[in-house]
Amino acid sequence: MLRFIFSRIIQGIVVVFAVIVITFMLLKLSPGGPFNKEREMQPHTREMLNAYYGLDKPWPVQLWRHIKGYATFNFPESLKMPGRGVDEIIAQGFPVSAAIGIPALLIALALGIPLGAIAALKPNSLEDRTSMVLATAGLCMPSLVLGPLIAMLFGMKLRWFNVSGWYDSTDWVMPAMTLGIIYSAYIARLTRGGLRETLAQEFIRTARAKGASEKAVVFRHAFKLACLPVLNFLGPAAAGLLTGSLVTETVFQIPGLGQHFISAAVNRDDNLAMATAAFYAALIVGFNLLVDIIQAALNPKIGFKS
Amino acid sequence: MSWPARIFFIALSLAGLFWFHTSRQHRPTRIEEATKNKTLILGNGSEPETLDLHLATGQPEHHIFSSLFEGLVAPLPDNPDANGPGAAASWEHSPDFVTWTFHLQPNGKWSDGTPVTAADFAYSYERELTPALAADYAAMLHPLLNAEAFNKGEITDFSKVGVRVIDDHTLQLTLKGPTPFLPSMLKHYSWFPVPRHAIERFGKMTDRDTKWTRPGNMVCNGPFQHKEWRFTHSITVERNPHYWDAAAVKVNQIVFLPIQNTGTEDRAFNDGQIHATNTVPLDKTPVYRDTRPAEYHEDPLLSVYFYRCNVTKKPFDDKRVRKALALAIDRESLIKNVLRAGQKPALGFTPPGCGEGYSTPSVLKFDPVEARRLLAEAGFPDGKGFPKFDILINTMESHRTIAEAIMAMWQQHLKLPVTVLNQDWSVYLKSQRDLEFTVCRAGWVGDYLDPFTFLSIWQKGDGNNNTGWHRPRYDELMAQSCLEADPVKRMAMLREAEELLLDELPILPIYWYVHSYMLKPSVKNWLPSLLEHRCYKAVDLVPTP
Repeated sequence: MLRFIFSRIIQGIVVVFAVIVITFMLLKLSPGGPFNKEREMQPHTREMLNAYYGLDKPWPVQLWRHIKGYATFNFPESLKMPGRGVDEIIAQGFPVSAAIGIPALLIALALGIPLGAIAALKPNSLEDRTSMVLATAGLCMPSLVLGPLIAMLFGMKLRWFNVSGWYDSTDWVMPAMTLGIIYSAYIARLTRGGLRETLAQEFIRTARAKGASEKAVVFRHAFKLACLPVLNFLGPAAAGLLTGSLVTETVFQIPGLGQHFISAAVNRDDNLAMATAAFYAALIVGFNLLVDIIQAALNPKIGFKS
Repeated sequence: MSWPARIFFIALSLAGLFWFHTSRQHRPTRIEEATKNKTLILGNGSEPETLDLHLATGQPEHHIFSSLFEGLVAPLPDNPDANGPGAAASWEHSPDFVTWTFHLQPNGKWSDGTPVTAADFAYSYERELTPALAADYAAMLHPLLNAEAFNKGEITDFSKVGVRVIDDHTLQLTLKGPTPFLPSMLKHYSWFPVPRHAIERFGKMTDRDTKWTRPGNMVCNGPFQHKEWRFTHSITVERNPHYWDAAAVKVNQIVFLPIQNTGTEDRAFNDGQIHATNTVPLDKTPVYRDTRPAEYHEDPLLSVYFYRCNVTKKPFDDKRVRKALALAIDRESLIKNVLRAGQKPALGFTPPGCGEGYSTPSVLKFDPVEARRLLAEAGFPDGKGFPKFDILINTMESHRTIAEAIMAMWQQHLKLPVTVLNQDWSVYLKSQRDLEFTVCRAGWVGDYLDPFTFLSIWQKGDGNNNTGWHRPRYDELMAQSCLEADPVKRMAMLREAEELLLDELPILPIYWYVHSYMLKPSVKNWLPSLLEHRCYKAVDLVPTP
């Protein structure tokens, strides 16, 4: 197992650096540049800035500087926010996004798994239909709509929570609810599919024939296997949730990480855009590894194959 | 679980929910508490890129700098667009407006108690103009004698630039020509002083990436000092006890929130989280104007929305075509039906109120008949044979709405084959700079109260011209205006230049902006300003019943 983990970590590092290179190339190939502004900059000022940030050097030199910087944990400065390193920006935003992402993930699981399980255990019943209609509604509902709705209901009408801001100990609730509800819809559908498929398998029939109670059949035998699709989904989902979401962050005014993913690319803060892409890639790699380990533990058939 | 236990459990949950509900319902809003503590909470658009005066270029920074720093001249408490004493207690100028002498406040101090001296101003101007710092707004200082040459690296001796320290409290500025509007210019943050002792504690004069602007490191000379900077969350400033006019400062703290989403800001205002918004969602402006007149404000701004024409492209090189386009825009209808925030139709280019003694030529009107006549004269009767063209916009809903309305007007009145093309911000800027467009949307914000801030960009070779248009007579008038010491004659030259511009119309002015925002009645002495200058020391908070 250690060998498996080790080789996967090495692969992961390669992936992260590949993402850095690809992002660099994409940014360089896209038109525009970091110092284009509505009010035109004077040519000599632009030259100075390019020289200051090394943007006047050939591409391979610039790329090498980045790779060297990341490899030695000597991260570049943001191009748009002088005096702020990209590592500082990520270190500042990530804990906030994680403080919303973790409860959102728990809400998604707490809502999605029971909803999917109810639907799977009573196929084609009223419960099944209701929960799947709810799940479909959740899938269709963009956070751009759900967020403001939640803010209007629990913030403005009931006054339970502040409509926006990141001050009180309860400020995570509404954004986590928004994200959680949306993700729970995916989880409900995956759980339902996984559980129905599992319940139709031979070993379940055997378990029933041996006289195991329905509870034991579902929870001890079926659930482990039914969870696999959900688990597969959870890897990338967790990375997505932990790095925040632009929409919930702007709707609820949360100083998280999600906003930088978009704004860095749009504003052509190339250094920050590469850093966020690399960070996201690293998280995805990490969570996928974690999911693989859990899957192997749940289902010995999968095992540790690198 | 037995039934009694279940019922008990449900009852307990309901009771808990009820308790939670009532306790949350009756908690005070954030601004109720803040008003009591004299803390002003403001929506401020987006996160400032930097708090280094010389590196900043944006509007959010401008608002924060008005609290932290003070230039030689400051907004008057009862009229922010007028020029009052700031770091300078008084000043005088030579009759030709070329040499200006400023007498600094005798008790002017930085927030760490160090005196503010004339040398601090000289250091600031030297830092901003030093090429290696690559300060974007350095061009604002170019009216100083030899400043441009120093900024471009053509001369390296700063003593040749028109900044002279006469003594600790006397500063003399020599300009390259008569500049009667210098006091208004000095209220722009590019002219504010920076603290040498604080900057050089953290690096060289020209280091861009130092930490001198962080709370604790930063030293300022304005009514407030930097207290806290929570990145993308808030910036808090508190009273500066060493400010020369500290007794006049009314509030204890100001919190600036970078709320980008207008819907979020609107909810925050309605939920009592902020005292004032930066803007109002487009769809809410007509509603708030009618239903909440005590909170809704609409202040004119020194800012214009217009379209650029690429005059290097046929048939846009023909001024009759450009004129036809300008005359076929129904500005009143656009404002009434599309924009709906009380904007003013741009009948010229320079917004009203732009400088004493200047009146913008009122030339543009809606006249589809004349527009059709001009277009026919140019060889396109009923739009026949006119090549297809796009209106280029940067991706944003509001620009699209306006472009579609204007597209419809041109299609309807001139039968022109026009469509809308949107590009992402940085691509759009590049297309504009490289003249890779036919018609494109643009905006221009004045930096000081003088028509020069609007008219100078249409000179040949100006980095913001981006139309391919230039006329020797125009450039001549602009150059002459820079040498003319008589304000009346000077304004006449500028007016002639603008008339020429509006006759040729390389640009199609559309509307003059207003700033719509919401403000709680508990905020007192918050006054409108064409340049959005805010005199924060005068602003007070009084709890309303």
